[in-house]
Amino acid sequence: MTFKKSDHGAVPFWRDERYLQIIAQVVVVAALLVLGYWLVHNLLTGLEALGTPLSFKFLGLTSQFDIGESMIEYSRNSTYTQALLVGLLNTIKVSFLGIVFATIFGIIVGIARLSKNWLVNKLATIYVETLRNIPLLVFLIFLSTSVFHKLPRVKDALSAWGWAFLTNRGIYIVWPQPSGGWDVYKWFLLGSFIIGFIVAAIKFREGRRTGRMPLYWLWGFVVFALLAAVSWFIAQFMAGQPMYLDFPSLQGRNFKGGKSLTPEFMAIFTGLVIYTSAFIAEVVRAGIQSVSKGQREAATAVGLSGFQTMRLVIFPQAMRVIIPPMTSQYLNLTKNSSLAIAVGYPDLFAVGSTIINQAGRAVEIILVTMGVYLTFSLLTALFMNWYNKHTQLVER
Amino acid sequence: MSNESSTKSGSVKTGEPIIKCEEVHKWYGNFHVLRGVNMDVHKGEVVVVFGPSGSGKSTFIRCINRLEEHQKGRIIVDGIELSHDVRNIAAIRKEVGMVFQQFNLFPHLTVMQNITLGPIYVRKWNKDKAEEIAMQLLERVGIPEQAQKYPGQLSGGQQQRVAIARALAMQPKIMLFDEPTSALDPEMIKEVLEVMEELAESGMTMIVVTHEMGFARAVADTMYFFDEGQIVESGTPEEVFMNPQEDRTKLFLSQILQH
Repeated sequence: MTFKKSDHGAVPFWRDERYLQIIAQVVVVAALLVLGYWLVHNLLTGLEALGTPLSFKFLGLTSQFDIGESMIEYSRNSTYTQALLVGLLNTIKVSFLGIVFATIFGIIVGIARLSKNWLVNKLATIYVETLRNIPLLVFLIFLSTSVFHKLPRVKDALSAWGWAFLTNRGIYIVWPQPSGGWDVYKWFLLGSFIIGFIVAAIKFREGRRTGRMPLYWLWGFVVFALLAAVSWFIAQFMAGQPMYLDFPSLQGRNFKGGKSLTPEFMAIFTGLVIYTSAFIAEVVRAGIQSVSKGQREAATAVGLSGFQTMRLVIFPQAMRVIIPPMTSQYLNLTKNSSLAIAVGYPDLFAVGSTIINQAGRAVEIILVTMGVYLTFSLLTALFMNWYNKHTQLVER
Repeated sequence: MSNESSTKSGSVKTGEPIIKCEEVHKWYGNFHVLRGVNMDVHKGEVVVVFGPSGSGKSTFIRCINRLEEHQKGRIIVDGIELSHDVRNIAAIRKEVGMVFQQFNLFPHLTVMQNITLGPIYVRKWNKDKAEEIAMQLLERVGIPEQAQKYPGQLSGGQQQRVAIARALAMQPKIMLFDEPTSALDPEMIKEVLEVMEELAESGMTMIVVTHEMGFARAVADTMYFFDEGQIVESGTPEEVFMNPQEDRTKLFLSQILQH
């Protein structure tokens, strides 16, 4: 048998790799379309047969159930849509606060793991290794049943010098409330913020010009804090005290005043924060350790202080390594917040589950819930990718 | 290589030495790396330290700017004793520049920013002055056109020359070189050595850990042979090359000079 020297175009298409690649892709896409059509068709006809064809009209009906905590006006006469909105806002609240606090704790623990101090180092290691290796659901149920619901009863509340009270019905902390001078003071506050921002911007530009970047955000913050403090007294003089501290106090059988946090919120919030911070700590540690020892030595030899070395040499390089896995930790925290159902916190998924039980509309609710989590995750990823690009360093 | 007598830095070994090391000891755990090193270096003197790997020569020069801590003995640099006093350590680091085997340039900063970082943040110069001096140094090391590039865009030899400029930008009185050509491709060694020779001729006090014996012969005032954490032999290049006293020196020289 002899091989012919084939000139271009003479190869039959079923032996031409260019055509084969296209054909393979067309086949895969077609198969997926058929499978998808079959699944959707099956679902729709199945629902039809059950007498509940796919429809979102029920969302306008009255919910007829109560929700433990809500950031907006809600009662059992509100609609299912409003109930879902309450759940959605609760999810956003616990996720946002969770991300902020998990980041702070994670960075502290991550740096502590690199500490040369034996005790600090070992404590951080134990924190990370213990918490990473407990399933989150188990940990949440532990927090709910054994910690926050096991706090003393209201009449025996644990008091932290009167500033906070721990009870099995929730945690009550002192909280500022606006009073007489607030209407004036809020404008002062806004002005202070704007001036602080401008000072930060000026300092930033000065840094660009001189090459020695000041801690411009610190400058802005200090100016803001000083102006806010000074204008407090001006507002007090003009229109009375702007705010007062509202101390919680036992009135009758319950605490009134201050800010109250339910045991359910505390369980899911502390659970997510502690659990995720252990992972973030590892991300931070790995990021800092990824910068070679020679970088620190070179910075030291040039005469930079420890803080300058960290700020100008180590940190900018570590950020590149830290940001992508940090993004997935944020996404994990947001998605894990759906475990709130296990501790009774009314997040989106918990409210959705109640609606499923009550209205029997599983498919619709699950579709809405998945859509919302997907949107959240994509938005977070989008922001983090933008930030990543922003800090990505031009190297070549 | 240029004529011997004319390239020597010609320092005068009188008065107080600028670096004084007395009985310096260091241990890594149980391993005794430095076993009582004594060395005086005078202003303008060019010292070459050589010896087999693991002999403690790198550790020794890293003790001089406190990248490593010595545990016994004294090190006095420019009249300041290295102790646990952080102010002394900072003062000495300002006076001592260092060049590493692996360059250790900051990859996230441009060549210009690499060089001006120390002067701006430590010496507190303004940007214009720092950049002007950085430019002069880049011209001195022969790569002014690379100022706005990132280290990753440069060849090894160029990177090491930037590293030398970065150390010089702090206007140090003493320069330490830790095997500056060992990580370079052969054709790039020469360009780095030429910069170092020029620096030696300009009167800089230098301690160089290297196996480049041609360089040592041309510019060193004193050579120290290290083995097992001790100075085995020292002297001028003529004495060490022509008439080594110790068997270990003879053996080592015969091994590295054969190639």
